[in-house]
This record gives sequence, structure tokens and C-alpha cells, in this order.
Amino acid sequence: MNTILSLKPLLAVLTSLLAVPGIILSRSPNVREGWTFAAALAKFGIVVSMIPMVLSGVRLEYTLAEVLPGLGITFRVDAFGMLFAVVASSLWIVTSAYSIGYMRGLQEHSQTRYFCFFALALSATLGVAFAGNLFTLYLFYEALSFATYPLVTHHQDREARSSGRKYLFYILGGSIAFVLPAMLVAYHLTGTLDFTPRGFMGGIESKSTLLVLLLLFVFGFAKAGIMPMHSWLPAAMVAPTPVSALLHAVAVVKVGAFCVVRIITGVFGTDLLAAFHFDTLICVIASVTILTSSLIALTQDELKRRLAFSTIGQLSYIVLGVALLSQAGMTGGMLHIAMHAFGKITLFFCAGAIFVATGIKHISGMVGIGRRMPVTMGAFFLGSLSVIGLPPAGGFISKWHLVLGTVQAHQYAMLVVLLASSLLNAAYFLPIVYRAFFCAPGEAMFENRIAEAPVWCLAPLVVTAVGSVVLFFYPQPFLRLAALAVQTMTGGG
Amino acid sequence: MGVELFSDIASKYNYLGVVILMMIGLYAMIAKNNLVKKIIGMNIFQTAIILFYVSTAAKRGATIPIIRHGHNGHGHEVIHAAEYINPLPHVLMLTAIVVSVATLGVALALAVKVYHQYGTLEEDEIRGQLRNK
Amino acid sequence: MENLSPHFPALIIIVPLIAALLTSAAGWLNRRLCFHFAALGLFTSLLVSTGLLASVLDKDVILYRLGGWPAPWGILYRIDRLNGLVLVVIFFIAFLNLIANKRTVEESFPEQLGGFYALYVLFVTGLSGMVATGDAFNLYVLLEISSLTGYALIGIGHERAPLAGLNYLFMGTIGASLYLLGIGFLYLMTGSLNMTDIASLLPGFYGSPVMVLAFLLCMTGLFIKMALFPLHAWLPNAYSFSPSASIGVIAPLTTKVMIYVMIRMTFDVFTPDFSFKMMHLGEVMVWLAVAAIIMGSLFALAQTRLKRMLTYVIIAEVGYMVGGFWLGNRMAVTGAVLHILNDAVMTLCIFLAAGAVVYQICGDDFEDLKGLFRKMPISMAAFTVAALSLIGVPPTCGFFSKWYLISGGIAAGHYGFVVALLFSSLVNAVLFFRIIEIGYFEPFSEGEGGHGVHHGPPAMEIREAPAGMLACLLLAAVSLIVLGIYTGDIVTRIIDLAIPPAI
Repeated sequence: MNTILSLKPLLAVLTSLLAVPGIILSRSPNVREGWTFAAALAKFGIVVSMIPMVLSGVRLEYTLAEVLPGLGITFRVDAFGMLFAVVASSLWIVTSAYSIGYMRGLQEHSQTRYFCFFALALSATLGVAFAGNLFTLYLFYEALSFATYPLVTHHQDREARSSGRKYLFYILGGSIAFVLPAMLVAYHLTGTLDFTPRGFMGGIESKSTLLVLLLLFVFGFAKAGIMPMHSWLPAAMVAPTPVSALLHAVAVVKVGAFCVVRIITGVFGTDLLAAFHFDTLICVIASVTILTSSLIALTQDELKRRLAFSTIGQLSYIVLGVALLSQAGMTGGMLHIAMHAFGKITLFFCAGAIFVATGIKHISGMVGIGRRMPVTMGAFFLGSLSVIGLPPAGGFISKWHLVLGTVQAHQYAMLVVLLASSLLNAAYFLPIVYRAFFCAPGEAMFENRIAEAPVWCLAPLVVTAVGSVVLFFYPQPFLRLAALAVQTMTGGG
Repeated sequence: MGVELFSDIASKYNYLGVVILMMIGLYAMIAKNNLVKKIIGMNIFQTAIILFYVSTAAKRGATIPIIRHGHNGHGHEVIHAAEYINPLPHVLMLTAIVVSVATLGVALALAVKVYHQYGTLEEDEIRGQLRNK
Repeated sequence: MENLSPHFPALIIIVPLIAALLTSAAGWLNRRLCFHFAALGLFTSLLVSTGLLASVLDKDVILYRLGGWPAPWGILYRIDRLNGLVLVVIFFIAFLNLIANKRTVEESFPEQLGGFYALYVLFVTGLSGMVATGDAFNLYVLLEISSLTGYALIGIGHERAPLAGLNYLFMGTIGASLYLLGIGFLYLMTGSLNMTDIASLLPGFYGSPVMVLAFLLCMTGLFIKMALFPLHAWLPNAYSFSPSASIGVIAPLTTKVMIYVMIRMTFDVFTPDFSFKMMHLGEVMVWLAVAAIIMGSLFALAQTRLKRMLTYVIIAEVGYMVGGFWLGNRMAVTGAVLHILNDAVMTLCIFLAAGAVVYQICGDDFEDLKGLFRKMPISMAAFTVAALSLIGVPPTCGFFSKWYLISGGIAAGHYGFVVALLFSSLVNAVLFFRIIEIGYFEPFSEGEGGHGVHHGPPAMEIREAPAGMLACLLLAAVSLIVLGIYTGDIVTRIIDLAIPPAI
């Protein structure tokens, strides 16, 4: 594998950062949103332009500054990072459009601040995706925490304050108290923090040290929402819906899962984990989270909270898949980043659209809503198919690989967990759709008159819903990236 | 060698005096309630250290460090350091005295300001006024 | 400039000294000139110190004989990479704070401009002299110059400031006197006051109890001056009641320069061999530092006023540097030295921000801070950057010194120190986010519109600080990030070469 020096990863990270002054100084909202779109498109363009090189096995690398001996702010683009970057940057475009519809539809305050921090958050997300070492990853992980704080607490009321507290408590607490010391110990023991395809901790033989470090990392990256570090996520749902959509279906939570996967593959390496049987341990942690969160989701009446608990479970799919350490399992875990993102963002968009159009947040108030908002609820149906993992939606592909992975790894207990969780997913999503469309005439809470959300809200959710169906038929771009990533990480070929 | 030197030092009464003076100063600074008395204590403390320096310069049977034959054309005469007391500590203490006078000045100026503000120099009364505010 | 450059080591003292005299004189003639003389003096010194740093970077050490007397009889000024760097920091901070606080000084002390600026410049002269001098007694004199002017700068304020200044004076004088006594013992043993000379004579006295006494006296004196817990009692009052213009220069510099002096004394006078290996002090000192960090953080949590809270943060930060230094391994010492630089700029930034807030809002009680993000968005942005740096978030510089300090703790196997640092980071996060929360959320919006539509909290008029203050504040905030990104260069090109290879 050859590595070439390239400015492109840096540019991809910087584009949205550079748009910030433009966003702040714009006189009119339209110019401001123009900046957001320009940055989003430019970012997507740069990211996509790197795909062919990554697929041909070239790694792009750029070091911004060497801040500590042998350790710099380094960007390195590999297949796995690429996969995540494509998902994040493509969905930013859609979310920007949706944000306009949502924020203007509700006449929210401080929209400039909102778009400004949104752009910052995207810079940080791509920084995580392209981070070439653990230090750079940590840097952008922290940057993301602070960039999303004003977004989560956008409403600036008491509820937002307490949610913001919870958010920072878990995320900052995890990163300072767990990840930072673990990272320093790792650096002290190995003298490097550079991700390598097979991990750099191979030289350490003490099982207890490795175990402690692994647990510190896995729980410290609290954005991954592994229980018991998950409770910030439902709390953070006070944010405006586009924030929940992009950040809590795509950027923030996936950054957490991405970090955990990087720790498993790039820091410890699959061989080391297998040698010490840590893989089973992580699988168990993940499956506990999957089942518990699915059960809690069943009990939630507020739509966004139900989605939040669903997200917690789905994130652990990713962790579980990679921790299976089998070819198919890892592919499935990585694919799930993309597939779940498209499905879940659709669901969040729908929740937001319902809120904009009717002001309803609770599922019990959505009986018969399908007659009023057929397009939205149709998209909701497609999104939930994808999250449950049924054809014809992209979620099926990743879940298929995951199931295959459990068989390959002979982890049949995990197979049961996956299937049980799928049933639970169906149990908490399908009734919503069913009751939206099919209910006794007397029960319907809405007049039989179509009144959808504004088109800026509607179009993005149609796009993402269609996107998740398209991904079922054409998963190749993501599949190839994931397969390539797995190949380099397991050394198979 | 160091140990002997130390016992040498300990056997000299002048150091004992210095220590007693220091303790008196320190006691006044800690225990006295009146700000001016504290300032006096501080000055005693500083003076003790000045005395310590000056007393280290003393030598038995030596005289003030002015070279007597310096201008008689006998300038090349060998000078025995033992015949003269060490001038350097005196010079240093000249500076230290200036410093301590300046410190005293600043301290008194601040005390005047405090007096104008609270109408008293007793610390407990000032504290009482602050608490009542 | 060219023919003056050999005299740079003297100029960093002489220029501000003359500037102070001129400022004082100008106070009688035309008060408006005072500021200009002070600013000019500090700016020239900043240039001179930058020139010095540039030349020591490739010349190692510059020795300068004051008055032409040869060492060890005359007073020697000794500039190496480490104090070259510290000098630049001193003048940078003093200059920036002077510009930033022009307006507050003019409004608080319209009658005493000459006096205030003269004291200010003299204070900086004392600090820079302490850093540059190679003579142990000269250091005492300069220490007292900066201390006396410091007491005055604090005592010049209103309300409780004079009393706080007087108490600071008592403690400070004890500290300086102990140092003087320690130097007396050193002189008694070695017969020299020149630092290099003492260091070269020292191996003959390694076993002597007098030496131990001298060392302990010097260090205790310095610990009082740097407010190391439990000798910190003077600091919170003195700092929180003093005027913004004074505290903006005193808070970032006093403790940091004293820590530099501690490093200078242990390395260049008592030699690392004696200080680290013979004294067996390391363990005790690190635990003291741990106590300082934890107690400073806990006290800070209990405060309800911004400036007072920051003073306790300073006490915790002193613990960082003292602990890192006494761990005695290369990583940790690098961290301590780097933190002198970083913490000075962080403290400057946070106190400038606090100063701007106090100037605009006329109070620093947490209650007064409501709605601050809407009133002063730019100042609060800078405040947030400084807060992130104090918490230790990359890429701000605070992260990197913490990185070195924690690495040093891990390398030394001293997990108490590591835990204390992490604890303090978390507490700082709580401290600063509490303020950010008040400024950002409160006052809450009254009621909510139809179906939960949020129109946000009530709008407020923007009342930013004066432009000069704002510009300096932003410069300080930006330099926090720049310092962070250039950490690699600072460490490899300056600090690494400045620490004795024996460590």
C-alpha cells in the first residue's frame, strides 16, 4: 500500500470551517444559507474526488503540524474513514436543506449561530473521519463536543440547560477521565499513536493493562452510547430536529462508533483482541446495550426519544459487528454506519416534519396522521424498514452481513441477539406506521385533508428515504469501501 | 567540614540573638491585632536578617576595610584579608536597608489608606465592619 | 540597533527603568504622556527581548557583565534559551495588558496616572531583572522591586484592596526575607553570590547541613511568593480586590516568574544533582503540589464571584508546575516549563476577559453575568477559548502542557499526580461551564409561543468592551491556539535545549 502526500483531506476538513466567517457576516439569510450550501457541496465534491484513489489502494496523507515528538495533527484517508466521510458529507447537504425548512418554518431564533456551529461540527466530523492518529482523533472528537453544545442547547431554556449539562457531563467526562489517560498510557507504553491497519499495541503483553485500556477507550468514547454511557443521547433530543437528525443519527453518534471501531482495529488490532479473547467481551457489552435499549424504546411515547433509544441499539450493532472479528461481521458493522445513517435520518426528518406541520411530538397523538401527511409517513415506513433490516431497504444489506458474521465467528448467541433485536425494532416502529394509516374512522385525530410540511422539509426526507432504498439495490460504493477496509485490517490479501 | 562549620555557627551567640529577634518579629506579625504593630514586627524581622549578615562579616582582631597604605607609594604591599573585616555583607545590607525602608514606607502608606477607609487600625474591628456590610 | 545588540541584556532592565522614571516625571507635566512613555518603554523592551531570544537560539548563552566588572565580583546577567523565552513572555503580557487597560486606568485613577504607570513599568522591570540576573543577591533586590510595586499596584485599588495589599505585603516580606537569609547562608559557605560560581563551588559542600538549611530557606521563601498551597492564603484576597489593570499583569506573571526563579535556583545555583538527588524532596513536593491542585480546585468550586474563582484556579495551576518540576523527569520538567509560558498567556486571556466583563457590567458576581453572551459576544468567545485552554482541550496550548505533565507523571509512576491533574481538568470544566451556562442561558425566556415554538431568550443590546481592550483580548485568545499548534517547535527548539541534559 503506498501513501501519497495530499492537501485534499485538509481541504475537506477546512471547507466548512472557512464558510463560518461567510455565514456570520452575511447580511441576508439567503446569502447565509448560500454559504452553507456552497461549503456542503464543495466538501462533498472533495470527499468524492478522493474515492477512486482510496479504492485503488492509495492512502492520502497530510501532516499539519508536529505538535508532540513523533505525533502530529495528521490526516490520513483510508477506506473506512472514507466510508464515514462520504456518509457525513452527503447527508450534510440534505440536512442543510431540511434545516432551512425547519428553522424558518418554526421561526427559530439565532439561526446564524445555528448554521455557524453546524458548519463547525461538520469540520470536526470529517477531522475524526480522516484522523491519522489517536491524538488527532481526540482533538476533533473534543472539537465536535464543543461545536455541538450550542446546537443541542439551542432553545436556551431550562430544559436545554439541563440536557446540555448531561451531554457535557457524559461526553467531556468520558473523554477527559477515560480516553485522555488511556491515550497517554498507550503513548507511554508504545511511543506512538499512529493508527496502523493491524494495531500498534501488539508489543504489550500484560493482559490486565490491555483490558483496562480497552475498557477505558470503549466507555470513554461516550458518543458511541454504549450503556451505561448512553443517557446523554435521549436528553440531547431537546435539540431542534435537524440537529437531532444529522448529529444524533449521523455525525455525533457515528463519530462515537467510528472511534470505537478505530480503537478495535487501528489501536489494538484484530489479532491482539482475538488472542486475548477480548472480542467476546465487547460483543457481550454491545449486545446488552442492544437488547436493553430496544426494550426501553418500546416504552417511549415521545417519537424523538423512541428514535434516540433505537439509535443507541443500532450503534452497538456497529460495535458488535466489528468485534465479531469475522470478515462478514466487520463488513456488516462498517456498512451499518452508512445504512443506518440513511434510515435513521429519514425517521428524524419525518419526526421534525410532523412537528413543523402539526406541533405533535408524541406517538399517541399520531393516530391517523398518514391521511394528512401521506408522503411523510410513507418515507417513515421506508426508513423504519431500513432500521429494522428488511428489504427493500439498505439496512437489510448490513444486517445480512452482520448475521453472516455471527455464523462465521460461531457466535450463535449473538445471532439470537440480532434476531431478537430485529423483532423488537419491528415492534416499536411498525405500529406507528400502521396506526398512522389504518385506524378506525372514529380514532383518527386528523381531518382527511392532505397538509404536508413545507417543501424544504419534505424534499430532503423523500431524498433520504429513496436513498435508503437505492442503497439496497446499489450498495456497491459503500460495500467496496467496507470490504477494502476489512481486507487491510484483517490482513486477508 | 560542613558539620564543624555548623556547630561553629551554633556556638556563636550572635546567631542566637538573630534568631530571637526574628521570632519576636514573627510573633508580632502573627499575633498582634494592630496593623502598625504588625508593621513594626515586620521591621524587626527584617532587621534581624540585616544583623545576621553584618555579624557574619566580623572577624576577631580585624579592622575596618580601608587599606591604610594605599596612597603612600606602598601600594604593592601584600594585603592580608584576615586583618580586615569583610566589607561585602555591609555593602549588601546597605541595599537591604534601603529595601526595608521602602517596604516600611509602602506598608505605612497602605495602613494610612486602610485607616481612612475604616477609621481604625485594629484588625478585628475592620473584620467586624466587613462582616456587617 | 546593530551596535547596541551586545548590550541587550542590560537594556531589558535599563529601558523599562528609564521609562518608569520618565513616566513618573511626565505625571507632573502632562498626564496624557504617561501612557505613551510606559507603552513605548514596554514595547521597546519587548523588541529587545525578542532580539535576545533570537540570538540565544543559536548562541546558547549570553553573559553580560554589568558595569564591566568581571565575574564573580561584578554582577553578571545571564541569558539562556529558557529565560530568553520567559523574558519575551513577560514583556508581551505586560504590553498587551497595558494597552488593553488604558481606558480602565484613566477612569479609575485620573489623578494618579503618572504614579500608576510608573509602578506598572517598575513592576515589570523587577520581574525581568529577576529572570535575567545571574547574581543571587541582585535577584533579591529585583524581587523586592517587583514585590513592592506589586503591593502598591494592588493597594491602589478601592474598597478592600488596601487591606488585602497590606496582608500580601506581610506575607511577601516574610517570603523575601527567608530567601535573603538562605542566600546569606549560601554566601557564608561559598563566599560567592554569583550563581555559576556558587554552583561550581557547591560539590565541596554537598553533605553540609548548612547547605540544606540554605536550600530550604530559599525554597520556602519562593513558595510563599508563588503561593504554593498551604502558603497561598494571601493570594485570593490580594488578587480579587485589586484593579483590573494591575491584576492583568500581576496574576499572569508573579507566580510564573517565581516558578521560573525556583527552576533557576535548583538548576543553576544548587545544581540538579543536589536539588533532586541529595535532598529527597521530590516526593514531598509532588504530594504538596497534588494537595495544591486538589484544594485549589475545590476552593474554586465554592466561589460565587468570577475573579475570586479565578484566583483559586491560579493556585491549582501553581500546583501543576511545582508538581511537574519536582517529578524531576524530562517529560515532566518540560511540561512544567511549557506550562509557565502557556499558563501566563492563559491567565492573561482569562483575566482580560474578566476585566472586560467587570468594566462593562460593573460587577463579577455570578448573578451579574446573566445574558453575557448576548451582551458581549466577542469577549465571551475569547473567554471560552481561555476556558477551554484551562480545561485542557486541544488544540489550545493548555492541552499540550497538561499532556507533558501527565506523561511525566505516568513515566515517574506517580499516579497521584496524574489523578490530580485529571481531577482538576474536570473541575475546571465544571467551573467554566457554570459561568458559560449563566451567560448563555439566563435570563430564561418568558413563556413559550404556540405549540412549543421557541423564540429564544429576550434579545439584548450588544454592549461590547472598548475596541482596544477587545483587540488585545482577541490577540491573547488567538495566541493560545497559535502556541498550541507550535508546541512542537517551542519544545524541540527551546525548552529541550534549555533543560540540563542530566535530567
